[in-house]
Amino acid sequence: MKDPKLDLLQGTLDVMILQTLSTLGSLHGYGIARRIEQVSGDQILLNQGTIYAALVRLQQRGWISAEWGTSENNRKAKYYSITKRGRKQLDADVEYWQRLSDVMGRVLAMPGTEERG
Amino acid sequence: MSISLGEIWRKLSASLRKTRLDGDLDAELAAHVELAAEDYVRQGMTPQEARRHALVKLGGLEQSKEVHRDARGLPLLDSLGQDLRYAVRSLRHDAGFAVFTILIIGLGTGACASVFSVLNTLLVKPLPFKDPSHLVWIANRADAEENMSGQTIQVGRLLDFRERNKSFSDVAGYFAFYGVGDIVLTGGGEPERLSGVPVSQNFFPLLGVQPQLGRQFSADECKWNGPKVVMLSYGFWKRRFAGDPNVVGQTISLDDRPNVVAGVLPPSFDFGAIFAPGAHIDLFYPFPLSKETDRWGNTLALIGRIKPEISMGQAQAEAYILGDQISKEHPNQNFLHPNLTFLHEHVSGRLRPALLILACAVGVVMLIVCANLSNLMLARTAARQKEMAVRAALGAGRKRLIQQLLTESLLLTSCGALLGLVFAFGATRGISHLTAFNLPLLSSVRVDGTVLGLVLLVAVGTGIILGIAPAFELAAFRLNASLSQRGASGSREHTWLRGALVVSEIAFACVLLVGAGLLTRSFMHVLDVQLGFRPDQAATLRIDPSSQYKTLAQKVGYLNEALRRVKGIPGVEAAGLVDSLPLGRNRTWSVGAKGKIYPPNNYPSAFVRIVSDNYLKAMGIPLKRGRDLTEHDTPDSVPVMMINETMARTLWPGEDPIGKIVLGDCAKERQVVGVVGDVRHMALEKESGSEMYIPMRQCSDMPTWDLVVRSTLPFSVLSTNVENTLRPIAPELPRGNMRPIGQLVDRAVSPRRFVVLLLSGFAAFALILASLGIYGVISYSVHRRTQEIGIRMALGATTRDVQSRIVLRTLGLAALGMLIGVVCASGLTDAVRGLLFGITPGDPVTFLCAALALMMIAAAAGYLPARRASRIDPMICLRAE
Repeated sequence: MKDPKLDLLQGTLDVMILQTLSTLGSLHGYGIARRIEQVSGDQILLNQGTIYAALVRLQQRGWISAEWGTSENNRKAKYYSITKRGRKQLDADVEYWQRLSDVMGRVLAMPGTEERG
Repeated sequence: MSISLGEIWRKLSASLRKTRLDGDLDAELAAHVELAAEDYVRQGMTPQEARRHALVKLGGLEQSKEVHRDARGLPLLDSLGQDLRYAVRSLRHDAGFAVFTILIIGLGTGACASVFSVLNTLLVKPLPFKDPSHLVWIANRADAEENMSGQTIQVGRLLDFRERNKSFSDVAGYFAFYGVGDIVLTGGGEPERLSGVPVSQNFFPLLGVQPQLGRQFSADECKWNGPKVVMLSYGFWKRRFAGDPNVVGQTISLDDRPNVVAGVLPPSFDFGAIFAPGAHIDLFYPFPLSKETDRWGNTLALIGRIKPEISMGQAQAEAYILGDQISKEHPNQNFLHPNLTFLHEHVSGRLRPALLILACAVGVVMLIVCANLSNLMLARTAARQKEMAVRAALGAGRKRLIQQLLTESLLLTSCGALLGLVFAFGATRGISHLTAFNLPLLSSVRVDGTVLGLVLLVAVGTGIILGIAPAFELAAFRLNASLSQRGASGSREHTWLRGALVVSEIAFACVLLVGAGLLTRSFMHVLDVQLGFRPDQAATLRIDPSSQYKTLAQKVGYLNEALRRVKGIPGVEAAGLVDSLPLGRNRTWSVGAKGKIYPPNNYPSAFVRIVSDNYLKAMGIPLKRGRDLTEHDTPDSVPVMMINETMARTLWPGEDPIGKIVLGDCAKERQVVGVVGDVRHMALEKESGSEMYIPMRQCSDMPTWDLVVRSTLPFSVLSTNVENTLRPIAPELPRGNMRPIGQLVDRAVSPRRFVVLLLSGFAAFALILASLGIYGVISYSVHRRTQEIGIRMALGATTRDVQSRIVLRTLGLAALGMLIGVVCASGLTDAVRGLLFGITPGDPVTFLCAALALMMIAAAAGYLPARRASRIDPMICLRAE
């Protein structure tokens, strides 16, 4: 059996979406979901439906914009792209996550933790 | 990441553009599913399989939409609107339930809010003065609660005390023996009897009361024989002068003497409401603190303002020391022993226990209301379990269902509270216009912000309590079991809970019934008290001699003539005069038996009544020994008096008092010529002390006169006849002032009646609710067991068996509730001890009656469903199976 999938931490989905849009440009909701799953190597538990809740939230904060367009196979779909304010937010978020993961790494690497465990 | 204003705005606008955005979302999700499905088809799935897989990956179409909507708008607002619409719809289906619930919540909240308004005004709100927490009432003796002579202080003592004390920023007083209706206003319309209170110059400044128009009294006006000025009360100014501001500085004629109007007091100042409940004071005039007034003896009721840095204890300690010092300096005069109480305690302290009991009672009523409603709600949830199950199956989360239930119950309680508010507005309006009740501050009772807050609290509180019980029920329920059950039926725990609720309702109702019963029986005992006089067929009228009669002889001449004329009216049995009617004002003089020595501070005192001959007969006071006073007891004859039995026992225990000599204030020596029965003079509940009756012709201290007439004539005829007969000798006599003596008694018992009425009302309400509760539970269980009953009857059970089984079960519940109630009540009755009269808190009659009443109500409430059950046709109900 595979390891159980990771639950998404509060706020991580927003950063993933912003990062995806920042690197890949304009994408529709399904595209974003697929991309995140692929990059994560199918390790996270993602209800694709929740993407849409995150998208509308980001849109309301003015970090992404949306417009209807046509997909490569001629389907009407809503395309999202990151805004200037979105990029600024992404920079801030990336810095935050980096710092957090640094700290977590250091804390978990603290000598003695294994003995106790 | 705090939410910004712009975001809230966008969310709000999204909530409003719901339809368009939903269409957008539908299209977007449809595209998502198709894109995903295409991918899966490319991976080799069949189209159907691909689509299903896509939906699973999405996490359900409807669920995704729901999450999206929540993120997009303000989910609480959206679902609230939804829930409200749904609640209104479902309550409309069940209109009977809704109306009933709203009605009982309305009645409960209304009662709560009304009692709280009274409580708030009388006990919580500060008195309408400047810094009322520093105001104290200074009484000369703590034990002399009803006896004004005991509480009051001599002018000289006040001046000494005021000068020497270090605790008070000021001490003021008013003349406590002002008469109600003492002053006659003439000129500019009908003559009118007014009530005026003489106050010291600093009285209004001390209270922080500023005249609305005009000015305070000047020092000059507060000297003996100073210029005559008056201050008008707001109500009197509005009524008599139509609120004319020009009246200030004008002269009005009082008792035929010109008085300048110095000012008009603000509407917030109501002397009667605070110092003399039930009295309406029209004017105030200066009371000189002079040598002359000092000679009048104990006359002043004192109030003081403690300095902010001084505590009550310090002030009291200093007051006792100063009092002793000052008393020692004037060994032959009235002593000073100042007892301090906070003014607000003095005003409403005596009512506190009664009001607290009412508050508890209303709390209990509210508990019963809640128990009753919980029961109803339980029944409703039971009936709706299937509906809830369906909703849960369709994807409603538990939180969402609970929110729905809470919305519904809150809607109900809010409507109920609104109705309660309407009741409360009506009730407080009624209460504030009650003039027959002798309670302080009653006229300022109204629904204010605090009360509104309370009502809101009650509405939300009961709403949550009501909603939460079924919600817990929900939390425990099993979806499958509910869906597969066939109809509306409750679990076993349900039955148990409903039974417990009814038992608690009965217990609460029992406590209230016992409380109300005890107070009602006390009230009846009070009404049964031997008053010492007969109020029926007697009436009274103020007939003070007008100022044209200057000398004692002239005044006595007028009174003689008035008596002669009234006695001449056909149908009048007796007529007499008295200076102070029972249950009205009172004063004491010190008296002693000649030849006995008393310690200076323990000199006996007696209540003084100055009366004419035949007063005893007119009032219906029995003469026990000796003779009544006569017309021949004049200044030239031997000074005489009658005494009551208590005084006879006090001064000459075991001896015959007739012919004995009394030493007193009014004349040096008086001979006792008669002994009369004791009269309840201060209050119905209080034994009278020593009383003495002095002939009016032998006493120059003649403040006011009440004519008492005993007649078999109807009151209206009598009053017209008496007034017409007196008109020629007293043209300034105001009309329509005659009162039946019974009114005095009614007035005296009015605070007690007020409490009894309210408490009985609550008890009745509680009883109704409890019986409805029993009825509900029993008929519900009958409904549930229709089949069982049908089978029993098919197997040969008679109608009688069925009925008695159900009635017995009802009585079982009632008996259990009653038992708990009686135990609680007997534990709590100590709280009402102070309000009881003539019975003990454990009064067996009351307890028995309460128990009987409850059992009867329970039996009746159980009988109705029992009868219905016994009419079940076994065939029909078995076929329904």
